[in-house]
Amino acid sequence: MSDAVIETRGLRKDFTVRVKAGRFRRPRRVVAAVDGVDLRVERGELLGYIGPNGAGKSTTLKMLTGILTPSGGQVRVCGLAPVPQRTRLARQVGVVFGQRSQLWWDLPLGESFTLLRHIYRVPAAEHAARLRRLRSMLELDAFQDTPVRQLSLGQRMRGELTAALLHGPSVLFLDEPTIGLDVVSKQAVRSFLAELGARGDTTIVLTTHDLADIERLSRRLVVIDHGRVVHDGTIEALHARYGSRRRMVVDLDAPLPDAGPVLPAGVTLESASSDGLRLVFTLHEVGAGELIARLAGAVALRDVAVREPDIEEVVARLYTAGPASPDQGRPDQGCSITSTTQEPGSSAS
Amino acid sequence: MADQFRAYLHLLRGQARSQAAYRASFTTDLLSTATGIVFDLLTVVVLFRATRELGGFSLTEALVIVGLSASAFALADTSVGNIDLLGFYVRTGLLDAVLVRPLGVLPQLVLSNVPLRKLSRAGIAVAVLVAALWQAEIEWTPARAALTVLTPLAGAVFFGSIFVGSASLNFWWTDAGEVSKAFTYGGRDLTAYPITVYGAWFRAVFAFALGFGFVGYYPALALLGRADPLGLPPWVGWASPAVAVVAAAAAATVWRAGVRRYRSTGS
Repeated sequence: MSDAVIETRGLRKDFTVRVKAGRFRRPRRVVAAVDGVDLRVERGELLGYIGPNGAGKSTTLKMLTGILTPSGGQVRVCGLAPVPQRTRLARQVGVVFGQRSQLWWDLPLGESFTLLRHIYRVPAAEHAARLRRLRSMLELDAFQDTPVRQLSLGQRMRGELTAALLHGPSVLFLDEPTIGLDVVSKQAVRSFLAELGARGDTTIVLTTHDLADIERLSRRLVVIDHGRVVHDGTIEALHARYGSRRRMVVDLDAPLPDAGPVLPAGVTLESASSDGLRLVFTLHEVGAGELIARLAGAVALRDVAVREPDIEEVVARLYTAGPASPDQGRPDQGCSITSTTQEPGSSAS
Repeated sequence: MADQFRAYLHLLRGQARSQAAYRASFTTDLLSTATGIVFDLLTVVVLFRATRELGGFSLTEALVIVGLSASAFALADTSVGNIDLLGFYVRTGLLDAVLVRPLGVLPQLVLSNVPLRKLSRAGIAVAVLVAALWQAEIEWTPARAALTVLTPLAGAVFFGSIFVGSASLNFWWTDAGEVSKAFTYGGRDLTAYPITVYGAWFRAVFAFALGFGFVGYYPALALLGRADPLGLPPWVGWASPAVAVVAAAAAATVWRAGVRRYRSTGS
């Protein structure tokens, strides 16, 4: 294949399930958990892989790491075939499962790291340098000597991140890394990942259903539903495609005059407060500048805020829309968007 | 290769340290395993209080068979017996964490909990074997001495293959645990007796098709210098290592197919 770190073509995984039908009959049914996924991830990318429960996120990740054997399609990670070359691949990838520990339950956290050094055969100096860096980034010092079973979930997750990175993997897979964490720990994990991503030498693939993770971290978003990729692009492109609009909230010193300004094309007035001092406009693929200029020409503006569309809302709409075929245009959201690029200015005041 | 070995060694050491966290249970386990083999032995002895011969064999001769099969089983049980945890790893999806490490799946699982307490069992089994060989007044030749050492090892490989092969069933059915125990522990109990005591069809399946006859019975005949009452030629007593190799190859095939079939769990 090519120099992409991860490349899949028509990747699929079928599971046979027995359906209970009557007392003795349990006919088999084949369910496609992953149904033809094409994915290409370049070196240093931070990819958010999202989808509702059961969409096939974890299954994809498990095929990329050599845990599951694909039922069909091609897959290459770091130029290797994950299942046949599992142990070679394991040296090049790090994996964090939010709900499954990789650490030694009864040993102090620090000893897990030492064991991992031997398992991955990392030279002592290299190991020490990496551990020092991770220890300060993730603030592990307070609980290095605590047995893993006594760690809080947040502490453990920081330990898991360290464990996954100690051998210097070129790809880091994270399956729900923030699941169950409190706000502070979530924040710690996110800012760590952001920093790691910013260095650009580690490719990161993150599955989550906490969309805040994605909004904070990744530019590229792959949405999977019913085993198929329904969106692959930036968050902005997702909004554009599914017709989510930015809103501009304007506070005025005095109500708009009756003759009011002519709104620029692509702007509609969504609502106005009863006193007419607060107006909410919907921006259909246009920047806020033009609207602000016209309003300012008519009345005195007190305050202007541009609200980004809520990604939760978009994704929820995406999921309930049912299985959509990729590349088949946008679903029936009834919007009239022609471009998927968005102007850079995201907020103004 | 040497590096890999060191990695496993460290894994084992980490495991030993984890186990040290539960010292009390280690002692109770040690006692219960030791008691176990004493009872196994008593069963055979009690049987011979009721009859002078069993399937054409005297007590001493039967104890040679018991010693061979028990030491083979104890060695296998100590080193890979743990694989019966596989069902738990598969059911809970814990195997995921094993699969993302750059080491073999089987050694990782086996080393995840080496029950050193089971070594006590191997010790007792070897003692029984030595005592029985002593009593049996064997005409020692270099070849027979080699066979004495080789047989428990080949038997251990054979039982190890049974352990691994039958544990692999967990990849196909959850709760295959009981089925695998029928083969492992069941196999151990049945190999403790001369296969002449079994009915013809059962013997054909168990001793020959599945190969259990080569763990204790046939090597014992070769050691004792007895002709097979069932009429097989004398060289059969030397075939155990070959049988063990075939069993290991079969187990490896089933194991690999199983790992590829692993479904993990939703998370």
